Amino acid sequence: MNFQAIKAIYVFEMARFFRTLAQSFLSPVLSTSLYFVVFGAAIGSRIEQVDGVSYAAFIVPGLIMLSVMTQATSNASFGIYFPKFIGTIYELLSAPISFFEIVIGYVGAAATKALFVGIVILATAYFFVDLQIAHPIAMLAFLVLTCLSFSLLGFIIGIWAQNFEQLQLIPLLVITPLVFLGGSFYSISMLPPAWQTITLFNPVVYLISGFRWSFFGVADVDIWISLMAIGIFTGICLGVIWWIFKTGYRIRS
Amino acid sequence: MPTVVSVENVTKVYDSGFEALKGVDLQIEEGEILALLGPNGAGKTTLISTICGITTPSGGKITVAGHDVITDYRAARSLIGLVPQELSLEPFEKVMNTVKLSRGLFGKPKNDAYIEKILHQLSLWDKRSAKVMELSGGMKRRVLIAKALSHEPRVLFLDEPTAGVDVELRKDMWDVVANLKADGVTIILTTHYIEEAEAIADRVGVINQGRILLVEPKEDLMQRMGQKRLTIELQDAVANIPDALASYDLMRSGDGMALIYSYETTSSRTGITTLLSDLQKAGLQMKDLQTRQSSLEDIFVDLVKEEA
Repeated sequence: MNFQAIKAIYVFEMARFFRTLAQSFLSPVLSTSLYFVVFGAAIGSRIEQVDGVSYAAFIVPGLIMLSVMTQATSNASFGIYFPKFIGTIYELLSAPISFFEIVIGYVGAAATKALFVGIVILATAYFFVDLQIAHPIAMLAFLVLTCLSFSLLGFIIGIWAQNFEQLQLIPLLVITPLVFLGGSFYSISMLPPAWQTITLFNPVVYLISGFRWSFFGVADVDIWISLMAIGIFTGICLGVIWWIFKTGYRIRS
Repeated sequence: MPTVVSVENVTKVYDSGFEALKGVDLQIEEGEILALLGPNGAGKTTLISTICGITTPSGGKITVAGHDVITDYRAARSLIGLVPQELSLEPFEKVMNTVKLSRGLFGKPKNDAYIEKILHQLSLWDKRSAKVMELSGGMKRRVLIAKALSHEPRVLFLDEPTAGVDVELRKDMWDVVANLKADGVTIILTTHYIEEAEAIADRVGVINQGRILLVEPKEDLMQRMGQKRLTIELQDAVANIPDALASYDLMRSGDGMALIYSYETTSSRTGITTLLSDLQKAGLQMKDLQTRQSSLEDIFVDLVKEEA
């Protein structure tokens, strides 16, 4: 294992994050505050409680998940796409490192950034609502797993993308709708029965539900099913990455 | 000298069906400067890419200091530094950080003193905190060299190091290469500036259409294939070559004011003395004499033309 190389990639990627700290830090704080104002104050005043939790508090896990998933995906996809775009990928390919070491470096950095953003949002939420975390360890575990699995997904997108448009395509057309329709801002039980069934095909539902359980002890779906869902999702991503490694897909001719 | 890079019967066929390398054999000797010459699309960059791990060869075997580049890629690649043809650098990153990244990628522990040494050597020390995008093209090229040297490679590949570089900087680059050679680094450079090979290479390889046409010490090549030309300028124009001189390999210049005599420098008798006395006998008055050795460029053009 070339630990020096993993560290070098990680440090280099994190440097990009710290270089744009204002953007990395301020934009999630600002957007979360806006969500609280719009959803929490404006809509929340009309919805008293959901599953015995105040609406403003209810949306916190959903908001964190929304940002963490998009941040992890975009950070990881950009991280590996950019060297491809500007040509510096030659150095990764000619260095004495394995593909998995490259993945660990990039995905590790992207997941760290997403985790940072998630924690910042959680901290921001404390300014707006009274929050009690019922299962802190489970909360952290869900958060870290989500950061990692969506960074893996982002890495795959970054390898696959051949231009900036494709890089934006999946986050914009797939992830954002799935997260919005995955119960970020509402409980599935609030939907008409037919939609409740359809919603169960949305994998993000399980992640948000599980994460919300770790906060309030209530969930739309069983916590073990949530854990299994995130396990399967991570497994699929790892499988695709293994296939990329075997075939050299879009990296090594 | 022992072989440091061995390329045996290497082929590369791209997905498009294009055969970039058609069975290349090349032995690179420890400590030498080998110039690979070839026209555009000859396979120079593909060959380098297969040795460095960027492209997977379709067939054949490549070893670096005995380590196979596929099965033992960590050991093989850690010995190699690569300076690519394109100025591929992270634009927003500082010079120092990008060089340090390279060292880390190659698994070498931090060594600030060594990084400082190479930045000084490449006149980059003053620019160490500058962002890459603020640098000129020539400076970016130096950053690429610094990155390639950051992990103390034994073999350095320079792919077109002086393409688009002004004359002065090109000379600087040659000095850098000479210093590296003095430090014991084996250097392989591709170029289509023949004067570059002529100026700095120990051996010259010519590649065309995916095949190595020859690899020879530069001097041998120039001596073996080099021809000299003697141009005899005349006082008065001649309409044709006099019969008395018919036995010589002579050409008349367009205006008839000069005769050009080609001869081999390697043969024991060049025939110049008898030619000059026969010229006098034929009644021709000489005004001036010039000789010119054919350059590597002439040799190269001849070789590639023969191949085609």
